[in-house]
Formats: sequence, structure tokens, C-alpha cells
Amino acid sequence: MSEFLRMGGYAAYVWSCFGLAAGVLAWNVLSARRLHAIARESAIRRTAAGRGPP
Amino acid sequence: MSRTTALSAALLVYRRDLLLAQRHWGQVAQPLVFFVMVATLFPLALSPELSELRLVSSGILWVAALLASLLGLELLFRSEHADGTLEQMLLAGQPLAILALAKGFAHWTACGLPLVLLSPFVATAIGVPFDALGTAMLSLALGTGILSALGAIGSALTLGLRRGSLLLGLLVLPLAMPTLIFGARAIDLSIHGDSARGPLLLLAAMLILAVTLAPPAIAAALRISAE
Amino acid sequence: MNWGWFHKLASPPHAYRIAGRLLPWFAWPAGILLVIGLYGGLVLAPADYLQGDAFRIVYVHAPGAWLSMSVYATMAAGAAIGLIWRIKLAHAVAAAAAPVGASFTVLALATGAIWGKPTWGTWWVWDARLTSELILLFLYAGVMALRASIDDRDRADRASAVLAIVGVVNLPIIHYSVYWWNTLHQPSTLTKVAKPSMAAEMLWPLLVMLLAFTLFFAAVLLARLRAEILLRERNASWLRTELAR
Repeated sequence: MSEFLRMGGYAAYVWSCFGLAAGVLAWNVLSARRLHAIARESAIRRTAAGRGPP
Repeated sequence: MSRTTALSAALLVYRRDLLLAQRHWGQVAQPLVFFVMVATLFPLALSPELSELRLVSSGILWVAALLASLLGLELLFRSEHADGTLEQMLLAGQPLAILALAKGFAHWTACGLPLVLLSPFVATAIGVPFDALGTAMLSLALGTGILSALGAIGSALTLGLRRGSLLLGLLVLPLAMPTLIFGARAIDLSIHGDSARGPLLLLAAMLILAVTLAPPAIAAALRISAE
Repeated sequence: MNWGWFHKLASPPHAYRIAGRLLPWFAWPAGILLVIGLYGGLVLAPADYLQGDAFRIVYVHAPGAWLSMSVYATMAAGAAIGLIWRIKLAHAVAAAAAPVGASFTVLALATGAIWGKPTWGTWWVWDARLTSELILLFLYAGVMALRASIDDRDRADRASAVLAIVGVVNLPIIHYSVYWWNTLHQPSTLTKVAKPSMAAEMLWPLLVMLLAFTLFFAAVLLARLRAEILLRERNASWLRTELAR
């Protein structure tokens, strides 16, 4: 297991890259969710007031 | 009353723009001064030794020309947009792409051409040998033409936007990078005594491509921005 | 020919619902393939002869680079369809795709640079691929900045569409010129070590990761597209019924 983590001495490089990849994937999921939530809010407010978008 | 052909409309636009440039020659001179100033920054930052500057002179010349051209793009559509002349152009019934081509060419005549004429002096000052000056001017002539075309697209897209000038740079610079690569390379080859035909021909091809494809894009962008 | 299905697809309420239903069909396979690919790449694949375990970075670098370019193409396609046929949904696709593509370009650049340290010895080289990716990032930044600086959504859509198309036309020129520029100064002895010749056990996890990332992009695109549809929609009635669910 520790051999696996050590990545032949390249641990810092390999794991930082995979960490970055995880970060980018996570950001995409979270930011898509956030955008949808904001869009829902804005659409609800618009339609509740009975008028179209500005 | 005779109908105006597209060509005569284009010539009208060309002559009008040149007349305006003549009247406001102070504005036209600013990018030229900027060109000289930016070129001056490099000796100050690097070294006063011409032999050292020569190694990077093609790059200095081109970066300075690129930045000065960006500045010069400010003159392209902004005043027409501000005073309503642009809408007149849109309504004129002439093919907008032809008018855009005419304006672009007028812009190059007023901004690009003077820069090319000024360049041998700046080039010599940063170590470009005399024999390479012709190639320098030719590469800059082709390059500023390409930049006028690309920049006109960016200028048309950013009309009326706050901090549009900042955005313009962001949009145009990546598109200008191939021009920079070949243009600087041409001068570099010439400095070393080699033939610069390859890069110059590529620049010429890019110019033809730009002159053909940019006007419709400029026209589309103008329509989008003007409503 | 009956184009009814096409127009139905392009209608916002329809597209919204279909995107919502398709989403899990992309998201779950993406997740599963990701796990399989990671296991195959990190555990099963043997270390590279020259680069040792450092080569494993390819399993996130290559998908990032692949997506950075294919998403730009998607964005440009959406932009073109939106401009030519005036279909707002296509503009919504372009708007949704841009930040996703930019994020993968950043991933490709960062992992490419980190990978460079053990293989070339420096944190950054003006290698043709990295430089090309960097310029691609600038192009993404331009499209997103332009869209963000125009308040009117329609004008923003169409202006950034023109820019995206101009960018995609320029991309081959940029690619070629950067590669050409790069070969000028590099002696042919040292070429990119970044692409190890791949044995089968190394290759299949790469293909799995490429597919996983592509499915992931599709899922994220669908999610963002739904949000973009909501932001653009003027017809209040379908919104009310939809949001009340």
C-alpha cells in the first residue's frame, strides 16, 4: 500500500495531478448545481410576480 | 438619381475616414508614439548594448507594433457608434461587409501604414541591421494588415461596452499570436542573413484569408452591437 | 421531411425535461467508468520503462486535453447553429459549455506542467502542446469575458457566438504556427517524452478515462443547459408548472 502511495518516488507529482483532477470534477458538479439553483430562484421570482424577464 | 454601387459607397467611406483621420491627426499619432515608447522600454529594461538587443530585436519590434495596433483599434468604430453614423451605415442598403472592408482599409492606411514607415527608425535603434530593414517593413506591413482585420472584429464586438478597450485586447491578442510568430521570425531570419520568404509568404496568405473572412464577421458583429 | 421532432426538441420546456431525464444516464456510467479507469491506471497498469510511475499522470492529463478541445468544438457548433438558425437553445448549449471547457483546459495545463518537472526538469516549457493549450485557455477566457460584459442576454449570446466561431477558425492556424515555432528552436534529439509508447495494459485504462470524462462532460453540460434554459425563458406558464413539481 505504501508502495502504491509512493508512486516510485513521484508521489508529489502524481497525487497532486489526481487531486487537481478531482478538484476540477468536483467544481464542475458543484458549480452546475449552484447555477441551476440560482436559475430556479430567478425563474420562480419572475413567474411569481407574473411578469417576463427584465 | 443614380444608384450608388457598393464600390462607390466603399470609396466614399474610405475617403471619409481618411479625411477624419487627417483632421484628428493628433489621435492618429498616439498609437505611433506608443509604438516608439514601448520599443524604448526594452533597452531600458534589458541593456543599452545594440549587440545584445539585436538578438531580441525582432520580438521587441513586433510586440511594440502589436500593442500599438491594439491602441489604434480604438479609433475604428467607436466614434461612429457614439454619434449614430453606424446606424446610418446599417440602414444604407449597401453590403455591410464591403463597407467594413473599406473602413478596415482606411484604418490601416491611417494607423498601420504610418507605423510601417516609422518602423525602420525604431528598428535601427534597437539593433536591426540595415539589410534587414526591408524585411522588417514588409513583415510589419502584412502583419498590421492582419491585425487591422482581426482587430476590427474585436472592435465591432465590443462596441459600447464598459471597459471595452481592455476586453478588446483580451479578445484580439490570442488571435494575433500566429501573426506574431511568423512576423518576428521573418525579421529574425533576415537579421541572420537568411531568406525570409517562407514566413513572409505565410503572412501574405494569412492576410488574404483575413481580408476575405473578416468583413462578413465584422458585419455580423456590427449588426449585433448596434441594436 | 417532417422536422417536427427537431422543433419539438429545440423547444425549451421539452429540452429542459429531456435533459433532466438523460442526465442520470450519463452521470452514472461516467462515475463507474471513472472508478474502473482509475483502478486500471493507478493499480493495474505497469510503470513506464522511462518515466516510472510519473507517466500515470497521463490518465488525467490526456482526458483534460481531449475535453479542452472537444468542448470548444461543441461550443462553436452551438454558436454556429444558434447564429444561423436562430435557435436559442443552441446558444444555451454554448453558454453552458464554455466554463466546463475552460476548467478542463486549466486541468490539462496544470497537469501538463506538473508532469514536465520529472520528465523535463522544469516546471514550465514552451512546448508546442502546452503553449497551444495556453492559447486555447485565452480563447475561452475571451468568449466568457465577452459574454459576461454584455447585459442583454441575446446580444451576449450572439456576440460570443461570433467570437467562438472566429476562434474555431483560427484554431488550426494557431496550432500549426505554434508547432512550427516550437520546432525552430528544438534540436530534433529532444522531443516530447510525454507520450510513452503504450502497452495494452496501459492503453485500456486511458481509453476508459477518456470515455468517462466525455460522459461526465455530457452530464455536466445537460445540468448547466437546464439552468441556462431557465435563465433564458420568457414564457411564464410552462415555468410555473415545471417549477411547481
